[in-house]
Amino acid sequence: MRKILLSTAAVGLIATPALAEVSDGVVKIGILNDQSGVYADFGGKYSYEAARMAVEDFGGKVLDAPVEVVTADHQNKPDIASNIARQWYDTEQVDAIMELTTSSVGLAVQALSQEKKKITVNTGAATTELTGPQCTPYGFHWAYDTHALAVGTGGALVKEGGDSWFFLTADYAFGYSLEEQTGNFVKSQGGTVAGAVRHPLATTDYSSFLLQAQASGAKVIGLANAGMDTQNAIKQAAEFGITAGGQRLAALLFTLAEVHGIGLDAAQGLTLTESFYWNRTPESRAFGERFKERTGVMPNMVHAGTYSAVTQYLKAIQEAGTDETEAVAAKMHEMPVDDIFAQGGKVGPNGRLIKDVYLMEVKAPGDVTEDWDYYNVLATIPGDQAFLNPAESGCPLVQ
Amino acid sequence: MAAKSETVASEHVAAHPRAGQVQLALVAIALAGLLVAPMFLYPIFLMKLLAFALFASAFNLLLGYTGLLSFGHATFFGGAAYFTAHAVKVWGWSPEAGILLGVAGAALLGLVMGAIAIRRQGIYFAMITLALSQMFFFFCLQAPFTHGEDGIQSVPRGHLFGLIDLNRPMNMYYFVLAVFVIGLLIIRRFVNSPFGMILKSIRENEQRAISLGYSVQRYKLGAFVMSAALAGLAGGVKALIFQFATLTDVTWQMSGEVILMTLLGGIGTLLGPIVGAGLVVTLQNYLATSDFPVTIITGLVFMVCVLLFRRGLVGEFFATKIGRKMGFRSES
Repeated sequence: MRKILLSTAAVGLIATPALAEVSDGVVKIGILNDQSGVYADFGGKYSYEAARMAVEDFGGKVLDAPVEVVTADHQNKPDIASNIARQWYDTEQVDAIMELTTSSVGLAVQALSQEKKKITVNTGAATTELTGPQCTPYGFHWAYDTHALAVGTGGALVKEGGDSWFFLTADYAFGYSLEEQTGNFVKSQGGTVAGAVRHPLATTDYSSFLLQAQASGAKVIGLANAGMDTQNAIKQAAEFGITAGGQRLAALLFTLAEVHGIGLDAAQGLTLTESFYWNRTPESRAFGERFKERTGVMPNMVHAGTYSAVTQYLKAIQEAGTDETEAVAAKMHEMPVDDIFAQGGKVGPNGRLIKDVYLMEVKAPGDVTEDWDYYNVLATIPGDQAFLNPAESGCPLVQ
Repeated sequence: MAAKSETVASEHVAAHPRAGQVQLALVAIALAGLLVAPMFLYPIFLMKLLAFALFASAFNLLLGYTGLLSFGHATFFGGAAYFTAHAVKVWGWSPEAGILLGVAGAALLGLVMGAIAIRRQGIYFAMITLALSQMFFFFCLQAPFTHGEDGIQSVPRGHLFGLIDLNRPMNMYYFVLAVFVIGLLIIRRFVNSPFGMILKSIRENEQRAISLGYSVQRYKLGAFVMSAALAGLAGGVKALIFQFATLTDVTWQMSGEVILMTLLGGIGTLLGPIVGAGLVVTLQNYLATSDFPVTIITGLVFMVCVLLFRRGLVGEFFATKIGRKMGFRSES
């Protein structure tokens, strides 16, 4: 089921006609993500709310033109996503598409958008391909990526003695990318990779995969998957007594939404990497509380990242004085990013937002002092360590 | 199928003497409509409609004219989409060569699947085709060239015969329309050929066809391969329209969808699958943007159709007096 919800953020009663600089007199932002599948909590409707919040906070209009947000459910299928994106660009005058959870979708829509000369800001997908070999002049990657996750979670576990790994990998671009980068990182630290097994997206029964992982004898089982897939794998691993048997689980991509999903009893002690935590600074706290009032949940890095991406896009239009793609993309490349999500963030020539990420540990149920207070921040990983140097990203746009 | 012999109606309505001209005029009007349609409707939507109409027509060749219910036609449609996409994107082939490869690949898959499946009849035939198509699905899931869940993306449309730029929506539309019309002409020629007549006789009474000395298995296999190749033609074209080939096209749901289209429109008529495909694609397209669950609505439409119009929309119309006056025949 795919839905398009239309939200006119600006009250269209103001009589001033839109300036000629904004095409069709309206700036339209599309939020395209999974709203019914395994990533519905990871991004989903909440990202759409985050985008609407950003538009409202911005005043509802830019260069005197109203800003609209549309959304649709791509069901994690790149073909459905491309169809929606194509239709948005061709018939609904959408200017930019954001969020784009799932790497296969992210890559498909980013490539299509380059052809159509439109901006994409990806906050939901993980693969470094987006700003690596498949980078585009109009594509941005905002919240996190597989490299940051490998350096963060992978690095922390190797340091604690987890030097042999076995991967349980989601069978698509994101999984490969995460497995490869974490594996390389582990090896560079003197560890070994015992093997890997791949499972289709949205698997419900992990028993055969988990048994292989158990039999491998590796100290750490790296879960190179996300959303409900990771939640199910962790729950079933507990039933198989894998963690009780001395092997450690590394949820490489796990956010506040999934921690909330499986509960602290199951999640306590997990080490994970996120680029945002609502309870880290007074500003992020204030944002988190406003977001929770609206949606009922605290934001994870995808939701906060989407808020930041929409805000930055609107700022870039304001600065450029037009919503023409080339000019806006140039502004987005050069403007620093300073908001609730990123402090002192900068965008590389490959479109990668470089900002600090945080290594977290999930608290034990007894240590929680308030609702959603799930993390201890263990370490801050500076942006230039967390993310690939643009020059080494393999992006053909960077000389 | 169930409603087979109902239309040999007791009340014989003779076709109007000028029925042929009426039919010709209707075809001309439909063609003219298709020629100007992209001025009013979203071209990608129209192209999708034509591709699925061709796919359903190819399927109907087997179900409607030979009486074989295949549950694995997604293999040919999706398989051809993968072959075309790979040839065009990775090997840099021209679009027409890519599509031909898709057709050849689908025909080959059809030969293999058909050779195994036609040894059984009825539900067993359907189950074998379903099983083989699921095997092909898992092959596509794991084979490196299909890129698993990612699919083959950003397939270039390229230049037709090195001359016509298919990246322009109008050029692409008229190319798809041409392929569609050619595909239908092939089906029409095939159905009305002596070969097609023998297929119909097999459908009506296989034992009698055998006793007349026809090698029934070979004819069935021929029809199967032909249907697979045409489904492949639709799949190859679809890969160029949307510029990708993904697992969606080889799932069993896709096989189910084409059965739905054909049954809705009316099996055993040339026009039926086209109308059915149009209906299903339009429903999907417009319901997708509403809050209605698409699958439930199409399911309801299917139930209504099965309960009220056993011959499908077109079949039912052809069976009316007006339809028969105009010289149409309902085949099933």
